[in-house]
Parts: sequence; C-alpha cells; structure tokens
Amino acid sequence: MEVFLQQLINGLTLGSIYGLIAIGYTMVFGIIGMVNFAHGDVFMLSAFIALIFFMLVTAVVGTGAGMIMVALVIVLFLAMFFTALWNWTIERVAYRPLRGSFRLAPLISAIGMSIFLTNFVQVVQGPRNKSTEPMLNDKITLIDSATYAVTINYKQIVIILTTVILLAVFWYIVQKTPLGRAQRACEQDRKMAGLLGIDVDRTISITFIMGAALAAVAGVMYLVYYGSVNSADGFVPGVKAFTAAVLGGIGSLPGAVIGGLLIGLIEIFWSGYVSNDYKDVAAFSILAVVLVFMPSGILGRPEVEKV
Amino acid sequence: MSAPLLAVRGVKTFYGKIIALKGVDVDVNPGEIVTMIGANGAGKSTLMMTIFGAPQAREGTIAYDGRDITKLPSHEIARLGIAQSPEGRRIFPRMTVYENLQMGAAVRDFAHFEEDLETICQLFPRVRERLQQRGGTLSGGEQQMVAIARALMARPKLLLLDEPSLGLAPLIVKQIFEAIRELNRTQGLTVFLVEQNAFHALKLAHRGYVMVNGVITMSGTGKNLLADPQVRAAYLEGGRH
Repeated sequence: MEVFLQQLINGLTLGSIYGLIAIGYTMVFGIIGMVNFAHGDVFMLSAFIALIFFMLVTAVVGTGAGMIMVALVIVLFLAMFFTALWNWTIERVAYRPLRGSFRLAPLISAIGMSIFLTNFVQVVQGPRNKSTEPMLNDKITLIDSATYAVTINYKQIVIILTTVILLAVFWYIVQKTPLGRAQRACEQDRKMAGLLGIDVDRTISITFIMGAALAAVAGVMYLVYYGSVNSADGFVPGVKAFTAAVLGGIGSLPGAVIGGLLIGLIEIFWSGYVSNDYKDVAAFSILAVVLVFMPSGILGRPEVEKV
Repeated sequence: MSAPLLAVRGVKTFYGKIIALKGVDVDVNPGEIVTMIGANGAGKSTLMMTIFGAPQAREGTIAYDGRDITKLPSHEIARLGIAQSPEGRRIFPRMTVYENLQMGAAVRDFAHFEEDLETICQLFPRVRERLQQRGGTLSGGEQQMVAIARALMARPKLLLLDEPSLGLAPLIVKQIFEAIRELNRTQGLTVFLVEQNAFHALKLAHRGYVMVNGVITMSGTGKNLLADPQVRAAYLEGGRH
C-alpha cells in the first residue's frame, strides 16, 4: 500500500509534465490538423531558456529559502514569454507559408524544425547535460510505517499544483472566452470563421503561443524535477506527450491531460513493480491496445455528425 | 438613384484552371432585395463566396459602399458590415446554438448581444428552444434558421443568403421569406439572395438576375422576370415549389 501511494505521487508528477506538453500537440492538431513534431524540442528549448534565466535571477536575488520560490515564479513567466516568442516565430517561418500546400508539407517542415532546434541548442549550449543546483528537495512525510515512508517533496507539490491551476486557466480560456470560441470555431470550420470576421491566421498564431507557454511550464518543471537538461531531451518526452495526446483523443484538451497522467502512471508503476528497463515498452503497448478498442482515443469523438 | 451598396464588375473566378464565373456584373442598391436565380452549378454560390474573398476574383472588381474589397481577406470584409448565411449552412457542429450566435456577434464585439438575441428569438422561436443544443444535432431546417440568425447577429448592412430554402418544408420556407421581407421593410436591411427556388425568390425580390454557366443572361424586376416566358420555361413551369 505504501509503495503504491509513493508510486502514485511520482506518476502524477511525471504525468503532469507530459500532460502540459501534450496540450500543445492537441491544440495545434485541433486547429490546423498538423502534428507539430517540433513541439518536443520547443519544450527542450524552454528548459534551456529557464536554466539561463534561473542562473541570472538567482545571481540577483540569491538562493535563500524563500528567494528560490520568487526566482522560480519570475523564471516561469520569462520562460513562457520567450518560448512563446520562439514558437510564434517558428509558425510564421516554417508552417504558415505552407498552409494550403499539400498535407505532408508542414509535417516535413516540422520535422526539419525539430532537427534544427536540437542541433541549434547543441551548438550554442554544448552537447553535455547542463544542471542547476538542486532545489525544493525538502520532503513531507505522509505515512511513516516501519519499513517504508511515503513522502512528497516540495517540487512535486509545486509541479502538480501548477499543472492543475494552469489547466483550469486554459480550460476557462478555451471554453468561456471569445478567444477560445474563435479557436474552436477555426478548429471546426476555418472558412466560416473567416466569414464571421475571425482573423484565422491570428487565431492560429495565438494557439501556437498558448501551446508554447504550456510547454515552457513543463520545461521549467522538468528542470526543477530532474535538475538537468540536455539538447536531446526534447525527443523522448515529446514522443511520450504526443502518445499521451493520441491516447486521450487528439484534439481534446482534457483528453491530453488524462493521456499524460496515464502515460506517467504506467511508466512509473511499471518501473516500480516490474522492471525499469521496459517502462517505455509498457507505455506504448498500452497505447496500442487502447487504440485497437478505442480508435479515437479515450475522450476523442467518433466522427458521427448530422449533415 | 443612389450609388449601389454592392457593385460587382466583370468578375472572373477560377477554381484552379477551371473558370466558374466568366465576367459577372451585379448591382445591389441600399434597401433592396435582389435575387440571383439559376440552376445547380451555375456559379451562384461561387459569386457569394467571391464577394467574401474566398476564393478571390482573378479579374474584375467588387466594391462595397464605394470601397474596393476585391483583395481584402474574408475577416476584414465581414468587419465592413456584410454577413453571409453560406451554402451548406456551415453551423459549427460542436458548439451550442448559443455559441454559434455569439460567433455571429463577434464582429461587433458583442455589443447589444442580449437585445439582438431577443429579436432573433422572436423572429425564429425555434431557435430559442434549441439554444443549448449543439449545432450538429439540429435538423436541416433548424440549422438554416440558425445560419440566418447567426448572420443577423452581426447587424449587417448587407445580408447575403445562399439558398435559404434548401431542403426546407414549404411552410418553413414561407416563414423564412416572410422574415426576410419583414427585416427589409422595418430595418431597411439590404439583401442579396441566391436561390434555386425561383418562384418564391422572384416574388420576394425587387430585382433579379438569372445566371447560366457563370454568366448573367437576364436581369429585371422580380415581377418582369416572373412573367418572362423564358424564365418561366426554364425555372418555373413544372418546378413550382
């Protein structure tokens, strides 16, 4: 029981990070029907942006106990802003000119962008792991039995709380604001949205900005959690988050989060109870099985519409 | 006579290499109801979409309120006060009717939203019953009403209607046409409507055009066209709805 609880906490933490990245995949897919293969690398890039700002900010405010939190909040917003700027630029340069071209064109462009970002970061930051000082490692002991102590550390609390809050905010934006309505309209019928006075290009740009901002949150959390980042770190989390988006039902916002949490939990439980070696095999196998029985994912909608 | 609200001059539209409009001239004056009749595939809907810049005319000009709008993107044209209920209705299927109407009001940033919603619900009581239902679950007739209602939410100066009678029961067609006439008379709304249902459309309209294969072949007052033997033979006799 204690082991289970501990794995649950670890799984939810990892799943939160996947979920945040998965939202970027799902939103972009929803609005322009394109899998943005560069999204994982945008996430990696954001972790580097966070790393740089973290060093700058802590150099100014110091690394005292309370100051770390202040620094984190500042870094979070800076990373969100600059990652959004990157993704906005990427969309303008690599995807928008290809809109209206054949379907595979932006996909190939995205793969190219992914390779570019990985190598760009490798050249400017070096190929080694870059690490921060460990932070927020204090633990709260939840259950302390004779043999096993269930603990949750501060960074796990921060990660899970931040994820929940941001999801609520983004869900509200998409469901209840005119901006979100415009996004959903573009997703369902871009031409009609244009006829109703919606600037479709602008709405797509904003979607990329929102996806990048969430990826940046994931990037900051990743850095806090693991304490280091590498230019190759975009790939595996990116693929897993994409898997999460598909598992949850691509195009569905809550689906992306549920998918992310599931992938995180499967991975952690498999490493905890079975073996660390085959955790990715387990995650992807479950994806395959789910898709056999639910081809449109857990919350995806089957295409039945009255015409 | 005042300057036309909408002036289409020599417009040619292509789909790839295929020509759909072969030089079309249409005038719509303020306060008028103008109709364009013609068979399936004549290019009527293409004209409606060309006015909105999707696709853009390759040759010729379209002027609205004295301003050249030929090369403007759709959303800017919408913001000038033109609204369209397009071919196929294009209701957002996974939004509620209420949200669909909110989308209609987006061009005006939701000023007078509640007031306009009330007016529209009085015009189409059925829409009020369906407000919380998702667009994709409505019947064809209900979707048509929502499409027109959504266009009206923009408080347009010029309303473009593409086959508002398509697929509707005769009684509902009558209601919709009456509603259009009412809006024209009480609010001076200018309407340009495209119809296969020539009889009703010509009775409603002040003036009409006949389009065949991307060319205007005839024009005149609604009454004259209705009485014209050629029009009668081609579009009315044997096909009165």
